[in-house]
Amino acid sequence: MTEDGTVGGTSRPDKWKTEDGNQRLEVGSRMTDPISHFPVPLSGFMEGQSKNKLTSMLRMMIVIRRIEETLNDLFARGKLFGTTHLCVGQEAVAVGACYPLRKDDLVASTHRGHSHALAKGVSLRKLMAELLGKDEGLCRGRGGTQHLSDISVGFLGTNGITGGLIPVATGAALAFKMKKQDNVVVSFFGDGASNTGVFHESINFASIKKLPVIYICENNLYAMSIHVKRSTSVENIAQRASAYSIPGVIVDGMDPLAVEKAMVDAVNRARKGEGPTLIEAKTYRYLGHSKSDRRVYRTREEEKYWMDRDAIQNLSSALIENNVAADEEIEAIFRDAENEVKSAVDWAVSLPDPSVDDVASGLFQENNEYV
Amino acid sequence: MNKVDLSMKDAINLALTEEMERDGNVFIMGEDIGVYGGAFGVTAGLLDKFGEDGIVETPISEGSLMGIATGSALMGMRPVLEIMFMDFTTLIIDQVLNHAVKFRYMFGGRDDIRVPLVIRTPYGGGRAYGASHSQSLEGLFLHIPGLKILVPSTPADARGLLKSAIRDNNPVLFLESKLLYNKTGQVPKDDNLIPIGKAKVVIEGEDITLLSYGRTLDMCREAADYLENEGYKPEVIDLRSLNPLDKKAITKSVEKTGRVVVVEEGTLTGGVGAELCSVIMENAFFSLESPPERVAAMDLPVPYSPVLEAEVLPGVGDIVEASLRSLSY
Repeated sequence: MTEDGTVGGTSRPDKWKTEDGNQRLEVGSRMTDPISHFPVPLSGFMEGQSKNKLTSMLRMMIVIRRIEETLNDLFARGKLFGTTHLCVGQEAVAVGACYPLRKDDLVASTHRGHSHALAKGVSLRKLMAELLGKDEGLCRGRGGTQHLSDISVGFLGTNGITGGLIPVATGAALAFKMKKQDNVVVSFFGDGASNTGVFHESINFASIKKLPVIYICENNLYAMSIHVKRSTSVENIAQRASAYSIPGVIVDGMDPLAVEKAMVDAVNRARKGEGPTLIEAKTYRYLGHSKSDRRVYRTREEEKYWMDRDAIQNLSSALIENNVAADEEIEAIFRDAENEVKSAVDWAVSLPDPSVDDVASGLFQENNEYV
Repeated sequence: MNKVDLSMKDAINLALTEEMERDGNVFIMGEDIGVYGGAFGVTAGLLDKFGEDGIVETPISEGSLMGIATGSALMGMRPVLEIMFMDFTTLIIDQVLNHAVKFRYMFGGRDDIRVPLVIRTPYGGGRAYGASHSQSLEGLFLHIPGLKILVPSTPADARGLLKSAIRDNNPVLFLESKLLYNKTGQVPKDDNLIPIGKAKVVIEGEDITLLSYGRTLDMCREAADYLENEGYKPEVIDLRSLNPLDKKAITKSVEKTGRVVVVEEGTLTGGVGAELCSVIMENAFFSLESPPERVAAMDLPVPYSPVLEAEVLPGVGDIVEASLRSLSY
């Protein structure tokens, strides 16, 4: 580590990365198995990074993982209702993508969106209260896991219709442009959503109108049970960017710094009015699609392959190996994060159920100007 | 003179102009709405007045356009989305039903979540456009909680209701009858906002109630003329808004007349008339002298040949027939 608190030379350069770190697409380029592109994630981007940034990224990833694991546990014990889509394994994408954003930038998420919400600054306690259906929750217990929103911190919402928020995010970007604000919108979606009609329509629209929006595909290889090779006409979803005359960038989604770096470029481009970027983050969900998924469509070997590239593990060891943080500091970060999650869960569990008296209110905004 | 003679098309154009001049957040988006002036010429001249910032011409991407309008509305704009034919609104339904109308409620009903947008679209048959350009699909949309539905029957109502719709903080579906676009009527020169959700008694009577909206008002007027010649005193009501529905006005009229014919251009089964009849049964059952009558399109795609089309769509004769059946019950 250097004296100004940034990280010095890196110890594990990645051969596959280009000079600026990310793999940029050229039209017609052929690639082999996407998994093999990322032999050793992390460390390629540590140089020049502040300790504070690296540890806060690590901490957020741990918080996200702990909340997801806690939810899994609550389900197993019958304490949580409905369903949920957990993002364990994919934390680096949300954390890396949201890091360069301002509070007044907007994030539109997916059905697997707790990570995006937390990384964008949504209150962990309010999120947990919402998942438990409480009045103190983000959406007063009306939304639940797939309908979380907190516009006050720039989190538009999670979503239950695959691809459904891609046009809404695009429209928010149109508003920013029309109001001549330099905010940007980030639209998260999965590999499955990249095969929907709104994906095509929205990105085409954003391209012709040069809207300040960044489309981030979290390619975790499976749309529920269907492998991306069986559902998708291109090897890399970022290749589709060429159809819209916008940059398409592939990043290692197991590396928050790689994602962040790609985002910085895309955000700069968007803020300057140069239009959208499509970023594909290669990642993997360690758990099933939803709580009932027994993962019969994939092998335990494949799961191990990705778990060996775990972002939290890798960033923790890299921080220690590069002498950015001592073992005890890393342990303290884990402890802190876990305590924060535990406290939020305990608080949310202790809340009473919502009153039904108010259930019919709020469908319409009644305060209309013409009245 | 404090009134001018305008076609419904021009009255809508005027309302759009006035609201865009009044509020810089109002903009129009849709296909061919610029130089071309819209498929029916409703937005003619607006590109010159408001430029490309106010008139956002779009690719043919309805499924996303609705979501784009919603996203812009969430961020403080007031989009007016033109969908070229109501038949194409099937392409926007996911974004209406699962997104625009739900956001406010499912995100907790908080005041920072509002979706002020208007979907304008021409509906109805009578022009031999065939099965995919002639439908009246309001029945589908009536089933969606959280979506206001307005259907003007005169140029004055079109202007007043559209202005209210644009100023409303909720998603509004605004239906324009193709056959009324060129029909003229007196339009007040002042601001003339018409409150949403208020029906209008167009002809007062006491023997039978004819419930209409949009173009079926003219049909009911004609039917009323016939019935008057037969010695009856029909009451004709223009609903103007399907959601919210003016249940009070409907109930009051049916309690008075004891007989009712509900008229719509959409298909019969599960349609607007079915809902109106339920409202009547729930609220005025003991005043009824005869079973409520429904006049609607046959449960078929609209055929092309004008002769066949006229047979499938409801006409004045159907309303008269239903009225006489009710009156002689």
